Amino acid sequence: MLEYVAIALLIALALVVALAAIGLGYLFGPRKQSAVKAQPYESGINPFGEGTRRMPVRFYLIAVLFILFDIEVVFFLPWAIAFRQLGLFGLIEMVLFIVILLVGYIYAWKKGALEWE
Amino acid sequence: MTGEQIVFLVVAFVTLFAGLMVVTTRNLVHAALWLVAALFGVAVTYVILHANFLAVVQVVVYIGAIAILFIFAVMLTRRDMRDQGPQMNKNWWFGAVLAVLTFGGLYFLLQGWEGMTKTATSYPVGFDAISELGNALVSPAGYVLPFEVASVLLVAALVGAVYVAFNPRNGNSGK
Repeated sequence: MLEYVAIALLIALALVVALAAIGLGYLFGPRKQSAVKAQPYESGINPFGEGTRRMPVRFYLIAVLFILFDIEVVFFLPWAIAFRQLGLFGLIEMVLFIVILLVGYIYAWKKGALEWE
Repeated sequence: MTGEQIVFLVVAFVTLFAGLMVVTTRNLVHAALWLVAALFGVAVTYVILHANFLAVVQVVVYIGAIAILFIFAVMLTRRDMRDQGPQMNKNWWFGAVLAVLTFGGLYFLLQGWEGMTKTATSYPVGFDAISELGNALVSPAGYVLPFEVASVLLVAALVGAVYVAFNPRNGNSGK
């Protein structure tokens, strides 16, 4: 439990810094509203369309691929820590695991799902 | 009350409140952000249970990946994001009764379990939970079959996602 005090302090510090940044600006900054200032910020260009327009489905595909390989990495970690005790059998099992996932990876690659034209 | 109990009560309250906000808020993006808060509360609960690895996995997989997927999924939908319809249908009382019954049944079943009254014993000195998990995951006496089946499940999810989102025959080339 005690080792998490550092993380709790980090979260508290992040909150304090964020609140201070917003709060100080709110306290000391001049506030003159205008129509231009009320526009949504789109990196300096004039906003076009609505903020809630539909996104290309490729974003979804990237997110799914990310989740799958994220979970794969989650399995790697306990395996890697116990690697020396597991010996050859553990290595073979993990190679099998990776090969099965590699099939899916090659499928996604061949389909062109990893390309962004 | 010990400090741990106070932390647990605060975390449990925040998690339940965030979960309630997920289902009651009108804006789907806000619901997804509340879901992140609820998932983080669960991660802190894992920490209280000394399940360090699960806590990290909760943050990395659930908050880092699945919550992002939810937000992408919301952005993929049309402007149904601001749903104006009623939030309950006429069967709400049936769902409520079912939830209470499920809770009561679980509580009744767990009454006989010694873990309800006894506090868990702490880890022996030098106990390495992650190493034990790695051993159990790949050893034949442990969970090697579910581990390999998990990879098949992941491939099925991958192929399914690519097929649904990326099939020219569906008139959908992913653009």
